[in-house]
Amino acid sequence: MTTEQLHDVRLHVNGSVHEVQVPARRLLSDALRHDCGLTGTHVGCEHGVCGACTVLVDGTPMRSCLMLAVSAVDAEITTVEGLTEDDGSAQGRLSPVQQAFSDCHGLQCGFCTPGFLTTITAGLRETPNPTEDEAREMIAGNLCRCTGYQNIVKSVLRASQIQAERGEA
Amino acid sequence: MTTKMFGAKVPRVEDQRFLRGQGRYVDDLLTDDPRLLHSAVLRSPHAHARIVDIDVSDVLDVEGVLAVWTWDDLTGPMAEPLPLLIPHPTLTHGRTQYALAKDEVNYVGEAIAFVVAVDRYVAEDAVSRIRVDYEFLPPVVGIAAARAATAAVHDDVPDNVAARMEQENGDARAAIASAPHTLALDLDVERSACTPMEGRGTVARWDPDTSRLTVWSSTQTSTGVRGCVAAKLGLDLAKVDVITPDVGGGFGVKINHPWPEELLVPLAAMTLGRPVKFTEDRREHFISSAHERAQQHHVEVGFDDDGRVLGLNVEFWHDHGAYTPYGLIVPIITSTQLLGPYKPQNYRVVFESLYTNTVIVTPYRGAGRPQGCFVMERTMDAIAAYLGKDRTEIRSTNFIQPDEFPYEHGLVFQDGRELTYDSGDYPASLAKLKKLVGWDEFEDFRAEMAAQGRRVGIGLACYVEGTGVGPYEGAHVHIETSGKVKVATGLTTQGQGHQTAFAQIVADTLGVRFEDVEITTGDTRKMPYAVGTFASRAAVMSGSAIHLAALRTKEKALRIAAEALEASEEDLEIADGVVSVRGTDASIDLGTVAVLSNPLRYAFDEASKAATQFSVGDPSKPPVAEDDEPGLEGTDFYSPPRSTFANGMHAVVVETDPDTAEIRILTYAVVHDCGHLINPMIVEGQIHGGVAQGVGGALYERMAYDESGQLLNASFMDFLMPYVTEVPTSIAIDHLETPSPLNPLGIKGAGEAGVIPSAAVFAAAIEDAEGFPITSMPISPSELFELRLAHADEPHPLPEEIR
Repeated sequence: MTTEQLHDVRLHVNGSVHEVQVPARRLLSDALRHDCGLTGTHVGCEHGVCGACTVLVDGTPMRSCLMLAVSAVDAEITTVEGLTEDDGSAQGRLSPVQQAFSDCHGLQCGFCTPGFLTTITAGLRETPNPTEDEAREMIAGNLCRCTGYQNIVKSVLRASQIQAERGEA
Repeated sequence: MTTKMFGAKVPRVEDQRFLRGQGRYVDDLLTDDPRLLHSAVLRSPHAHARIVDIDVSDVLDVEGVLAVWTWDDLTGPMAEPLPLLIPHPTLTHGRTQYALAKDEVNYVGEAIAFVVAVDRYVAEDAVSRIRVDYEFLPPVVGIAAARAATAAVHDDVPDNVAARMEQENGDARAAIASAPHTLALDLDVERSACTPMEGRGTVARWDPDTSRLTVWSSTQTSTGVRGCVAAKLGLDLAKVDVITPDVGGGFGVKINHPWPEELLVPLAAMTLGRPVKFTEDRREHFISSAHERAQQHHVEVGFDDDGRVLGLNVEFWHDHGAYTPYGLIVPIITSTQLLGPYKPQNYRVVFESLYTNTVIVTPYRGAGRPQGCFVMERTMDAIAAYLGKDRTEIRSTNFIQPDEFPYEHGLVFQDGRELTYDSGDYPASLAKLKKLVGWDEFEDFRAEMAAQGRRVGIGLACYVEGTGVGPYEGAHVHIETSGKVKVATGLTTQGQGHQTAFAQIVADTLGVRFEDVEITTGDTRKMPYAVGTFASRAAVMSGSAIHLAALRTKEKALRIAAEALEASEEDLEIADGVVSVRGTDASIDLGTVAVLSNPLRYAFDEASKAATQFSVGDPSKPPVAEDDEPGLEGTDFYSPPRSTFANGMHAVVVETDPDTAEIRILTYAVVHDCGHLINPMIVEGQIHGGVAQGVGGALYERMAYDESGQLLNASFMDFLMPYVTEVPTSIAIDHLETPSPLNPLGIKGAGEAGVIPSAAVFAAAIEDAEGFPITSMPISPSELFELRLAHADEPHPLPEEIR
């Protein structure tokens, strides 16, 4: 069999540049996890239904399992690893959404969590003060098998509060 | 004084790494190792076929492929069938599959060949080039086909029956024959599955320098996998380490082991001398892991004018799929836990466990209980309907009363022990539930809704759950010289927050700061004796073991501290990691006690100088006394005489659309009793998740097999797992705490509870809304619509009498 052609791809992820060589068919999710070593993005279904692999592409939530790495060259990608806020500490401060999930027990096994965090991060940019119904709507495309979503809805509302509190501070 | 942690809503310590994307699940491991290889599996596309020939000649032409295995390449124990994990005398025809199919395949998805390549894409390319000639055999799909037995799944298993088991307490048939009233019911539950967000996965690395195999697996039992890997690969147990890293959900499916890949990955790693990974994809999870739930029941019940059950006779048929690796655990649980909080005077149950050409059946959260609960609660509702009595009244009449514990049912439970309930207060739970859901005010609500042209119904369901089954769990507690406390227990974690809940126990028992406690689970290097995480047993079993091990450690700390402080042990107390003499300033921190516990020849830092040979000890005695050991640590095991029985009751109010038959949840209420709560936040999270899975199982999820054994909905697009839009907008929860007398902390398991009564409670509420019996679950709007048409002539039929 002929050798698979590799493409030089420059991915901009969380403010860093990753130069990777990948075949055209390589999914963005696989490139992020296996080529960039950013394993915080999880793959739950590989057919775009569960939302675990959601990353922000130029600020918009995208299923990274439905996107090819080669098509992401010019984009600014944010993964779960890039959500923390710089507060001078080595680890960084949890973002309002991350902090809210911790406050509200919005996660259990943690596998779907990165997709929820990125989705809600973008959602709160669009709707900073969601009603409970809007909070539900915001997460209605992501699957979680552990939490029954009860505390994820609470986390969205709590994140909105934290965001407002930090904005005032 | 240290704050009491047990019972507090302590935020989870594991969240920090999960929220930052720093969790480490199996597929995240060794990603930066350039030597890592990936694997893919050729799976049978046919439900039942003989393998005539497998041609792999094109595979090695694919650039990047290193090896391919079929059954012909396996030797020794690897060429034997996989273990039958839980044998039972009535399992007369148990069968298990091979790691790679030998001669015959018995379900779509059964592993046939295993390819290892430089990446998963290439491995899948190679799999597609394997050519298999099949000779088709007639598939057996569904319980009806299995019972009809016009075709056999296994040639040497007559009538597709692996086991027939019967238990009886009293004489149920005689009691029914002489009862004032009798009813018969036929009830069905379909297949569903755990579907954790992370599928199965295994990584293995053989270290030629130390001749040691390390296996990471997304399992619910590291020790189980370790035993199987060692036995199958012919390795000494001491050469195999199994580590369970972060696990993206289990819900039962990951307790079955060894999966073919859990053996093939280590085999490949040893053969090729490079680390190898297998990561299951979503379709593979649907067709090659495990399902559960499918059963058909025939119930006959005799009762008096008050609705008191005098005799209950249940026959059921359990679909266990193509093989029986997990024995009869699921149907045994159904047959015993069916009884719930009730005391039928005479009970007989008989089941047959049947082969079909479908994916194997192993425990899924609830493990046979949802079906049992469905059957018992449908029976209670039928009795109430027949007598025209309130459904809660019939239940009250049949409850085991608080003064009747321990209550012996005269049956044998899934652990081989007597089915004896330890504690509970069912009347109190029911009173709480009625209040929480507004049971007594419901008829007003129904009338109010009816006035608006809306149709609503209410249902309730009660269950009892045997939790914390043996045989045992253990724990090791070690206080380091820094004062930090390192704890290991062998069972695994898949999202339950063990690192938090167990640390709460240690902090209280030892008197140390919660922040100073670190818990390790599922690592055979740290705790080689363990069983696993299933049957809502982790808190009961490992929680108790950790408490006992912490007590031992504390005992030793007090002994050493008493000597150092020249005080009596009775006068000492430990708080925030400091041992002090009550009412004085004299104190010593646990880190220093740890230094003194380990007589040294060589100091390694300033603090450890205190333990060196010229500084400490009575020169006339051995530095370590005959009955002592160095180090400030303690190991202990908890092994209960039998299970402890948690219980709960759910109620739901549903609205059914008069035109579309859509089913909407208006109110969901849960009363739950799992004894003392370690962390109420975690327990409520478990209940939320269980309820959501229950909603899925009752209203949405099913395995859509066609008659040829193809699973038509093997994706998240077609298998309707609930999103937030399908679950109740809120779940009202109230707790009752009747402690278990069987363990030192008075706890009972909570993990499975939320899902157990779902099919029963939704069937009851829909039946209440519609007026005709609901006998089969799950139920979709179109099925409800069909039922309406079928009952158009007789909208409110009475339950069927036996005679």
